[in-house]
Amino acid sequence: MITSIETSLIDWSRAQFALTAIYHWLFVPLTLGLGVIQAIMETIYYKTGKEFWKTTAQFWMKIFGINFAIGVATGLILEFEFGTNWSNYSWFVGDIFGAPLAIEGILAFFMEATFIAVMFFGWNKVSKGFHLASTWLTVGGATISAIWILVANAWMQYPAGMEFNPATGRSEMVDFFAVALSPVAINKFFHTVLSAWIVGAVVVIGISSWYLLKKRHAEFAVASIKIAAVFGLVASLLTAWTGDGSAYEVAQKQPMKLAAMEGLYDGGSGVGLVGIGVLSPSKVSYDDGANPFLFKIELPKLLSFFAQRDLNAYVPGMANIIKGGYTLPDGSIAISAKEKIEKGKLAIQAFGAYRKEFDKPEGQRDLALMEAAEATMKANFKYFGYGYIKNPADLIPPVAPTFYSFRVMVILGGFFILLFVVAVWYSFKDKFEKAGWLQWICLWSIPLVYLCSQAGWAVAEMGRQPWAIQDTLPVGAAVSKLSTSSVQITFFIFLILFTVLLIAELGIMIKTIKQGPAAKAE
Amino acid sequence: MNHFSNKQNPALRVIRFYIEGFRSMTLGKTLWLIILIKLFIMFCVLKPFFFPRFLGQFGSDEAKQEYVTDELVQRAIIP
Repeated sequence: MITSIETSLIDWSRAQFALTAIYHWLFVPLTLGLGVIQAIMETIYYKTGKEFWKTTAQFWMKIFGINFAIGVATGLILEFEFGTNWSNYSWFVGDIFGAPLAIEGILAFFMEATFIAVMFFGWNKVSKGFHLASTWLTVGGATISAIWILVANAWMQYPAGMEFNPATGRSEMVDFFAVALSPVAINKFFHTVLSAWIVGAVVVIGISSWYLLKKRHAEFAVASIKIAAVFGLVASLLTAWTGDGSAYEVAQKQPMKLAAMEGLYDGGSGVGLVGIGVLSPSKVSYDDGANPFLFKIELPKLLSFFAQRDLNAYVPGMANIIKGGYTLPDGSIAISAKEKIEKGKLAIQAFGAYRKEFDKPEGQRDLALMEAAEATMKANFKYFGYGYIKNPADLIPPVAPTFYSFRVMVILGGFFILLFVVAVWYSFKDKFEKAGWLQWICLWSIPLVYLCSQAGWAVAEMGRQPWAIQDTLPVGAAVSKLSTSSVQITFFIFLILFTVLLIAELGIMIKTIKQGPAAKAE
Repeated sequence: MNHFSNKQNPALRVIRFYIEGFRSMTLGKTLWLIILIKLFIMFCVLKPFFFPRFLGQFGSDEAKQEYVTDELVQRAIIP
């Protein structure tokens, strides 16, 4: 039996998953955000009866439809990859994900699929009220879909409400509400969905600004900007709030990720938040003594405040987490990575001993030995995943991508709050139409909002490495034993397929935008 | 304005609704073509030829369980 897994196989499998997830996430946020905006516009039409709002809603619905059509089913590729590339992981978590994903399939998918047809085909064929309800239910269905996917992702970051069964080798859900309503899941859902609303708002403002720059459809553009700017402002303020909640949860549940987000190797009390910084390439190891920064501008004590709600609280750095010995918020002393690895090995050895007996015919099993092995495994299960870690330094995620992605997300997030404030002011003061500089900024904000949205996921996913499931299953144990070349082939197939589809989408979308809101709606 | 007669069978009304909807599409036809090509590539090419279920090579759940648990133990660094 081959027991070692090539690093290149893990890297290519991760790269492939990242590629498909990035591609999938190009479509999802616009579906969620633009869906709400078009529904608000249709609600105004329902209330006022003005044809202008019907035309406006229909145009954005068309953009929504193009995005939906190109993006639909791209998430299924991730499911394929779970079964092929991450089979150990899929087996390990099968019972946890089964329930949430089944609920998604039954409730959200059918809700979305049923009402989207009424939304697109039902103009003038069903009553205004029924059409409006269908639009909101389509948006609701898409959002419910997001809930369960995000619950599943949150569980990987914080595996609550589960118990590992050594007899089946699977995690089993023991508390549905601990899984569905964990603080990580709640923060993740709201932060992700609200950030998707920002994407929708920026796209609407950006496209509308393009019309103003071209001196076309001015009334439509300004009206759309007013709706999207107010919506975007509310969404961006709430996103900042839920972002704070997410960071707090990261500090409690994934302190190594927080340390990587901040480039913090040696922690302390009253730690500052790095506003802007450049990491030093000479820092190659957590214990080499090199300064991790070429330069940084720090906001005093803020990291301690965000992490523990106390300006003078202790925040561990990466070296501290590996070495242990500091006091945790609950008063206990943190154990070192080496101790965690030892406990992890104990858990896996006990699991192996249990399995050895379990695999014997029923009458020949040493039940006392199995019971003792299970007890040892359960006592050390908290550190199960550490048993696969060769070197404590492997517990540190890629610092530079995590650090810079976090700054891209936060700085652009702050920029969008400012942009929405300015857009609200200028549009409601009837100055937007003449502010060419603002129109250009809004137009170029479209790629920036996608960059911001992708950066958020990069922080979440790169920052939790090496874990597929936090502390429980590292990627090296989760990956299927495939040939690296087969993963490379599918990576490039996806790259080509996705590029072609993206070009098709952008082509159709640009053509539709050029036609403008006066074009026939479907 | 409701184009469908209330006297018509509800199932027929729904079917007619969809048929008329699909018939009146313009841009939607292109989008549906893209969706169908994409689904064909995904389910008829990628899934069977490039993404078979890895554990599908094992006949039963017991065999899958044995394989994965064995892998989970063997991949650990056991002294």
